[in-house]
Amino acid sequence: MNFRRLLALLLASVSLAAHAAFDIDTLMRDLARHTGGKARFVETRTMAMLDKPVVSSGELRYQPPDRLEKHTLEPYPESMMLDKDTLTLVRANRRMSVNVASRPEAQAFVESIRSTLAGNRQALEKHYRLALAGSPAAWSLALTPVDGAVSALISRITVSGGGNQVRRIEYQQADGDRSELAIEPIAGE
Amino acid sequence: MKVTPLKAFLLWLVAVAAGVAWIVLHTRFTADMSFFLPSDPSPEQRVLVGQMKDGSVSRLLMIGIEGGTEAERVQASGALRDGLASSGLFVSVQNGEADALEAERDVLLRYRYHLSPALTPERLAPEGLREAVDRAIGVAVSPVGFLFKPYLLQDPTGEMIEILAQLHPGSEPDTRGGVWASRDGQRALLLAQTRAPGGDTDGQAQAINTVRAQFAALQQAHALDGLSLSLSGPGMFAVQAREDIRSDIERISLISSIGIGLLLLWIYRSPRMMALGLLPVVAGTVAAIVAVDLVFGMVHGITVGFGAALIGESVDYAIYFFVQSGRVGLQAWRETFWPTIRLGVVTSIAGFGVMLWAGFPGLAQLGVYALSGIAVAALVTRFVLPVVAGDRHDIPPPGVVGNTTLRWLGQAWRLRWPAWILTAVALLYLVQHHDRLWSTNLSALSTVTEADAQADARLRTDIGAPDARYMVLVAAGDRESALRQAEAAGQRLDRLVDEGLIGGYDSPVRFLPSEHTQRQRLDALPPREELQRRLTQALQGAPLSAERLTPFLDAVAAARQAPPMTRADLAGTAMSLAVDAMMSQADGQWNIVLPLRPPATGSPDIPADAVRQALAGTGAVFIDLKLEFETLYADYLQQAVYLALGGVLAITAMLAFAMRSWVRIGRMVLTLAMTVIMVMAALHALGTELNLLHLIGLLLIVAVGSNYTLFFDQIDADGGLAVDVWSSMSVAVVTTVIGFGALAASTAPVLKAMGTTVAPGVVIALLLAAAFIVPRQGKPA
Repeated sequence: MNFRRLLALLLASVSLAAHAAFDIDTLMRDLARHTGGKARFVETRTMAMLDKPVVSSGELRYQPPDRLEKHTLEPYPESMMLDKDTLTLVRANRRMSVNVASRPEAQAFVESIRSTLAGNRQALEKHYRLALAGSPAAWSLALTPVDGAVSALISRITVSGGGNQVRRIEYQQADGDRSELAIEPIAGE
Repeated sequence: MKVTPLKAFLLWLVAVAAGVAWIVLHTRFTADMSFFLPSDPSPEQRVLVGQMKDGSVSRLLMIGIEGGTEAERVQASGALRDGLASSGLFVSVQNGEADALEAERDVLLRYRYHLSPALTPERLAPEGLREAVDRAIGVAVSPVGFLFKPYLLQDPTGEMIEILAQLHPGSEPDTRGGVWASRDGQRALLLAQTRAPGGDTDGQAQAINTVRAQFAALQQAHALDGLSLSLSGPGMFAVQAREDIRSDIERISLISSIGIGLLLLWIYRSPRMMALGLLPVVAGTVAAIVAVDLVFGMVHGITVGFGAALIGESVDYAIYFFVQSGRVGLQAWRETFWPTIRLGVVTSIAGFGVMLWAGFPGLAQLGVYALSGIAVAALVTRFVLPVVAGDRHDIPPPGVVGNTTLRWLGQAWRLRWPAWILTAVALLYLVQHHDRLWSTNLSALSTVTEADAQADARLRTDIGAPDARYMVLVAAGDRESALRQAEAAGQRLDRLVDEGLIGGYDSPVRFLPSEHTQRQRLDALPPREELQRRLTQALQGAPLSAERLTPFLDAVAAARQAPPMTRADLAGTAMSLAVDAMMSQADGQWNIVLPLRPPATGSPDIPADAVRQALAGTGAVFIDLKLEFETLYADYLQQAVYLALGGVLAITAMLAFAMRSWVRIGRMVLTLAMTVIMVMAALHALGTELNLLHLIGLLLIVAVGSNYTLFFDQIDADGGLAVDVWSSMSVAVVTTVIGFGALAASTAPVLKAMGTTVAPGVVIALLLAAAFIVPRQGKPA
């Protein structure tokens, strides 16, 4: 696995060398080459109302371009599945489906992950102003909502990673609460 | 006392005026489903009828806004919702806007411990508390948590979430620009529930007109010309049906009046005679409507439409009178012709009379209408018309047409062989198709057009509104028992939902649990100190500390003291309507209807056996409304067959009694049977699936056709058919064909079925009667 990662880094630096500058288009092209797979995640959520952060963990599955599953295993099992525009939530034997295309805030939220993973700049820019920092090996993409209703809830989303691998997604909510998703790819993917 | 013409006329006028006054002031006309619903329903059927008339589903009005841009549709949707909500005609108007449910949210928040299905003693034990709080926090920190965050400290166990989760088990409509939209986003959607019950067609019409007027107004005010409105729902169909029937009646009346009027003018060549000829018709029509109203308490539009066709029948009596008495004089007419006419009237009455026993209220109405209308028209012809008309009625002698057709009549025997062959072919056809002759589909009688049904299905799918096909029924002597039964049935249904066999169900107990259940839930709430102790223990190391939860302790302490919630606590919310619509009281019995939704797999069907099995022992009954109606209709059809046969028997017996000759009776029965066979085969061969109304049409053919055979049968006795008798008969046939021909042109399937059967049927009946009964003559000179 270490070798694999090293290789990815090497490839990333090669692509850096090939392109004169590291820009959003380059990043998007790299991301679009991701073929999907599984990853472990740890989510840490901080709320003013709470005395300490809430931590949950589980597994992410991604199949480009528009199928994404988030299975929380700890502390309580819960699944969120996105297939095209249908977001299905399964919690304690209850299943709820929402069409995300219909809810601006839900769609903005979904696009922040889906379009980033798929390297779809156009879809991202429908909802966010983009700002890229860092290098191909360690980049960070800041998304600021354009829509008023969305920015009333989320002030900024920061996606960061290395190469075509997203490592971390951070949500800064408008009321000061925060949520942070750390992603660790599972070997063999 | 001598009755003068003027006195007789005034008597007629007063009677008719009284009848008209009754109709105008008292009679209620409807065009709803009542024509098809059982008049003597079983308790289960009564609940179904109630659902069709007043149930929540019957009050749904689905509204679609198409065209323009998304922003325009969103603007129109919001404006229309505000306008309709403040009109007072709707209990609820929803378009998906989040703030639309504030009153409902407040009630749910206030009574969350009465209502939460998750509330058990275990849930408020330390372990349960910890898990509930953790889960609630999980929701609060999730992307949709902003909806719930404000309530976390007063409801840290998330009872609100539990209540809401059961309310939206399926998927709700998509939203575009903050309002509901169809899947493709091209149409904004609203769902309204009218205050008027579905059975109140006037109320429904008012609600629908308000929607249209407000939409037109906001289109004008905001320059939204590109938008168009589409509406559907049971009330919409009822209003539409009434409009259709109304224009049908107008068209039928117009066609028959003009057609018959021109014919009579040509025969009589005298406006006075025409006016006199109307006396029996008007009296018969007025009497028929009043009689139906007196018997049934309302008159259905279909009955009136049918009555318009009967004009062609009742006008005949006057024709017989004028034409025949003109030749032989009044006294002779009374002696020679009246008995024949009277026999015809009595056979017709016998034929229609059997319909009075029909469990299908529509049929019974038609029976009463025809019976009273014909009887009164005949009585007026016999007792009023001769006095008013006096001896001054000179009918122009039958012209070339009368004489020519009379000559043809003498040759009609030549049709015998072709008739035998045609009958044999028709009979063969009927035998071959005997199991496919009758349509068992009730929708064959529905006035809803294919296009409207499709538009309805599209809106319904977009909105996700229940189509009221499947439901579970519970009944008990008092409300509490009924609610407890509904809760028991709900527990069984929950399992089916988990297994994916049904998509979900609605139940009043979600908003109004039984007192027993409410008590159980409230009893699970520990005293304040105890709860505080448990919280401190449970939330050790938890993200949310017990110290912050004073609002929770207050809320639980208040709930412990609270009385059970009642229907009154829901006042002013959409939930009160939902509860009322699913729960009804009749004859000391509380009925609760739980509408079921098909599984999300896309199949519109529900596995009936599985549901029945799951409900076994609860006393709850599963009902497939479509199946129920089809069974009901099959019963009607079966019953109608017996009634029609009974009618035919009654007519035959009547004739047999009058004629006392097997040969003559045999001839008449033969011609009528041949007619019926040919008409049935022809209709079916031309692609018409026969239904109940065709059957009634056949009975009408027998009733009317028997009159023709009677006249022809008289020829033997009279020693030849006089040309004016023939001309009065032929005019009578033509008026009947015009009357029922006009019916065939109507849009209501029920009327069309009768028209297409009777109009050609009487012509065939006449031809066959001529062929088999009129004495044979040689080649025409």
